[in-house]
Formats: sequence, structure tokens, C-alpha cells
Amino acid sequence: MSDAVIELAGLTKAYNVGTPVEAEVLHGIDLSLAQGEFAALIGPSGSGKSTLLNIIGLLERPTGGRLSIGGRDTAELSEAEITALRGRSIGFVFQFHHLLPAFSALENVMMPAIIARGAPDDEAEATALQLLDAVGLKAHAHKKPAELSGGQQQRVAIARALALRPRLILADEPTGNLDTHTADDIFALLREFNRQTDCACLIVTHDPRLAARCDRTIRLVDGRIAADC
Amino acid sequence: MKLRLPFAPLVALRFLREGRMQTLLILAGTTGGVAVIVFLTQLITQLQAQIVDRVLGTQPHVVIRPLEEANRRAFDDPASAVVIEPRAQRLRSVDQWESIARLAAAMPGVTAVSPTVTGPAFAVRGQANKSVALMGIDAERYRRIVRMEEYMVAGRFAVDGTRAVIGSELAKDLGIRLEDKLRVALPNGRDELLQVGGIFDIGNKDLNRRWVFVTLPLGQSLLDLPGGVSNLDLTVADIFDAQAIAERLQGATGLTVDSWMQTNAQLLAALRNQTVSNNLIRSFVILIVALGIASVLVVSVVQKQKEIGILRAMGASRAMILQVFLIQGALVGAVGSILGSLLAFGLLNMFSAIYRNADGSPLFAAELEPRFIVLAALVATGVGLASALIPARRAAKMDPVQAIRS
Repeated sequence: MSDAVIELAGLTKAYNVGTPVEAEVLHGIDLSLAQGEFAALIGPSGSGKSTLLNIIGLLERPTGGRLSIGGRDTAELSEAEITALRGRSIGFVFQFHHLLPAFSALENVMMPAIIARGAPDDEAEATALQLLDAVGLKAHAHKKPAELSGGQQQRVAIARALALRPRLILADEPTGNLDTHTADDIFALLREFNRQTDCACLIVTHDPRLAARCDRTIRLVDGRIAADC
Repeated sequence: MKLRLPFAPLVALRFLREGRMQTLLILAGTTGGVAVIVFLTQLITQLQAQIVDRVLGTQPHVVIRPLEEANRRAFDDPASAVVIEPRAQRLRSVDQWESIARLAAAMPGVTAVSPTVTGPAFAVRGQANKSVALMGIDAERYRRIVRMEEYMVAGRFAVDGTRAVIGSELAKDLGIRLEDKLRVALPNGRDELLQVGGIFDIGNKDLNRRWVFVTLPLGQSLLDLPGGVSNLDLTVADIFDAQAIAERLQGATGLTVDSWMQTNAQLLAALRNQTVSNNLIRSFVILIVALGIASVLVVSVVQKQKEIGILRAMGASRAMILQVFLIQGALVGAVGSILGSLLAFGLLNMFSAIYRNADGSPLFAAELEPRFIVLAALVATGVGLASALIPARRAAKMDPVQAIRS
């Protein structure tokens, strides 16, 4: 598949390798995600969803198998290249927004660009304002995260994930701690950006209602893909 | 145009601002430490300079004297038992003193050379007589050895013909005022009637009682040393070079050459000990400040785990995280050194108002040398940087996944 954003082949992950308490949590995952795809990753607690997401997000390295991002095999990349690739091509939305409390909403959205380019610039600010406008928070641009509601914080987090126009958005239960109505809003927002920018989205969720609204549902059970449809 | 800080200083500043109480405490500690160091250094430097200045105010930096006379064995037969009696040292001239004076004057670091002839005499007035040291000098040249004009309480420091300059204690003892006459009598039977043209107070009662300055020729003839001088007094540019210069002169002339550092060895040792204890205090203060900065930053790294994880997830490299914490340490050091210098200046002002000399003048000047501020800033920033090293490396090593989850 030439337009695959990510490609996993026989990917395994074990913890405490070489010790008596060695535990393999992912047993040979084969998975690929095409550009513009909007997929849900579901499964019971402890099935390895978060681990899989972290590996795809280059926060953790797999123990075995292959992981390619944008056609590049990540096993060959150095630590620094991995970090740069992560910053450039992957946007994260975490369950608990994970905004930086010391920075305003605007600065939080600018942060990926600040990191990538070393310092804030006008372009980063313009893009961030645009994104905040798109998530309906332009008026709150200079507020600190603590001054925003949970839904607003998550919108800022989505705006931040999109700051560098990544090819892949990874969301770990983005609506997990929000009420149904707000959760629907956030979900709709992700969907909208997915359509606009043609980025691939992989969303971990517990909510079958939301999963049903995705193009594709990948079900993980005990570290194996049990269903993919 | 907005001021836009690069990533590392931007995040460092925000982190410091966010941890208000911690930042204030660590800053207060650093400020206090810097203040103590700057204050102590300035105070001790000033007091030491004053002590040295006072000691050297009444004595030359280097003195050249003739070699002492010694008895030698007439024959070398080891079988003969010989008792060699030490010889009484008579007043002698420095041999070839004019060429030696030229040699000394040409030596790098020597700024003045003054020939002096000095010997014991009695100052006699009416029924009273006092033992004094007769000093035959060239006033112009002697002035560059001891700044006599600064000590004059009456008249001028000038000798000419039979005009002489005496100390205030001698004047008081003998009831002498300016332009009064004074007779000096020498053990060799010579005597001369002097006219007092100046009275000095050098700040030392003994010297005020003993020194009687006359012209070099008069001194020479009274002391039976025509054309000769008993010693050459030298002033050097850097007082702590005196010993080296004295040694070089000794090598070149073969005469006895003493520097003030030898004659005041005890004072010098005391000053050195003071410097050592001062350095010890400074080292401990630096250590304590460094530990303070390091411990606060270690706590801060733990508190900021999640933020570090988020930044890493967004593409921040380990090096960037390292910089964020190093800059925090350096900033605390730099700001602490500025505040500390200000505090030290305040302390100096306060203490110079409290502590005064016997004459009411301040014991030390309430001034702060810029070089101490610059030095303090450099040291404090360096210490801040160094003490941030361990916490910063810990932050950089942090696993982003662990950090975000916690």
C-alpha cells in the first residue's frame, strides 16, 4: 500500500525483557493505516491499546517486528531522528488534555511549532490563532488552561495536535472524561479536521457509540487484533 | 515587534514563574549567599589593603644595606680549637651606593630610590635630652618612599642647611614649636644646632618621638660618614613584588636586601591566614547555595514530570529539556548575584555607618568594586549552571510515556 501512513508488521512489545517477570503485551500486530483514514481502536482494559498507541506514536520502541511511518522504517532511526519525526508528523490528543499549565491556550497551540523551529514566530502565532478560531476558542486564546472548562481544554489540545499539520493524529480516549454532549462535539471536531486535512486518525475509545461513527474499528484483545472491520 | 524568547529560555522562565514559592526561596538563598560572599570579600580586601597601607605608610618597600661584618678564622687547621666572637656592627656606608642606586632604579618594578644615612643621636634642649634617630635624607626623594607631606601638622617637609623636620611627640617633649632651635649631639662628640622647619605626625608615637630629618650632607658629616649612605630605600610598583625584587637586587649587588614582606613576615602570615579562612567561608557558602539550587531543581523536575513528557511527545529532544533546566539554574544564579550584590552594598553602607575608627572616620568605605560584582555574577551563574546539571540530566533522561502517565 503506497499511501499508508503507518504500517506495522509482526510487531511485538514485551516489558522486563530478560528478567523472570518478562511479559509480552503485544503479540505480532499487523496493521496499516492509509492517509485520511479515521479508525477507532477498541478493546478491554489491559488489552494493550495504550501501548500500541505509544509505539505508533514513537514514544516507545517495539521489541520486535516492523513499524514504518510515511514509508520509513523506524528501526533504522536514531533517537534524535525519532524525536524529530514524532514532532513533525504525529499529533497527540491525550485523555487528560495534558496542556502546559504555565502557558496560555495560544502558546500551547504554538508549542509544537516553537519546538520544531526553536523559537516562536509570526507564522506559528497566525496558525495557532486560526486553529483556535476553528475550534471556537479564539476569544479564550490568552487564558491559561486552568481558566478553561474540560471541553475547552480538550479543544485546545486538538488544536495543538494539528499545529504542524501532521499526517497522523493519535488520540487516547480524547472524550474519556467529558460528558456525552461535549464528547460528541470533540469527536465531531476531530472528524472535521480529518476530512479537511486528510490526516489519518487513530482513536482509542471505550465508547461503542463513538467507535461506530468511525470508518474502521480495530478491536484489540490480549495483545492481538481480534477484529478489524 | 514582540520580544520572542527561544524555546529553552521561554520554558525555563515559565517554569520558574509557575513555581513561585520555590523560585522565591531559591532566589532568596542565592541572594543571601552572594551577599555574604561579596560583602566579606569587599570588607576583607579593604581592611587588608588598609593594614598594608598603614604598615607601608612608614617604611620603605625594600631596603638595601651593607653586608654585616663577620670575623673569620685566620687559619683553617681543623685541629685548632677556635672561638669566633661575633663582631660589633659599626655604621658603614653602602659601598658604591650611587651606582647601586642607579642599578636599583633601572630595575623593572622599582619606582623610587632614596639614599638615607641614619644613626643614633640625642636631641637636647635646655636640661632635657631625648634619644633620637638622625635621618639624613634628600627630601624630594624621600617623599616618594614615605609620603611625609601627608603627615605634616606644621611647616613643610623640606630640609635645607640646618633646617630639620621632627615628630610631634619630640616637639611636645621638648616644648618645641615651628622655627624653634634644637641641638643634636652625637656619641662621636659632634653636635649641631638645628632649626625646626616642620613637624609631622605619622600616626605612630614611637616614630613621632624618634625621627629627626636633616639634609643628607649634614647627616653624613654628623655621623662621620662623608659621602656615604647607610641604606638605600626603594619603592616598588606592586607591593607584593617586593620580595622578588629584593631577591634579584641581592643577587645583583651581593648586599643585604630586605623587603617589607620579610620585615613584616608575621603580619603577612596573619593576612594570609585571614585570606585562607575567608576562602573557606566562601567555599562553604558556595557549596550550600549550590546544594540549595540543586535540591529545589530536583523537586521541580519531579513536579514537572508531566510537562516534560508532553514536551517530549511534541518533539522536544532530550537536549532541549536539558537546556530548560540548565537555564533555570543559571537564571537563578544570575538574578541572585544581582540582588546579592545590591544587598551587599546595603550591608556595606550600614556597617560603615556603624563601625568607625577612633577618629570618627568610617572603618571602611561603603563602596563596591565593579570587578567583585562581575566576579560574583560569573561565579553564581556558573554555580547555578553546575548545580542544575544533575536535575537537568534527570529531566532529560525521563521516559516520556512514564512521565505522561504519572
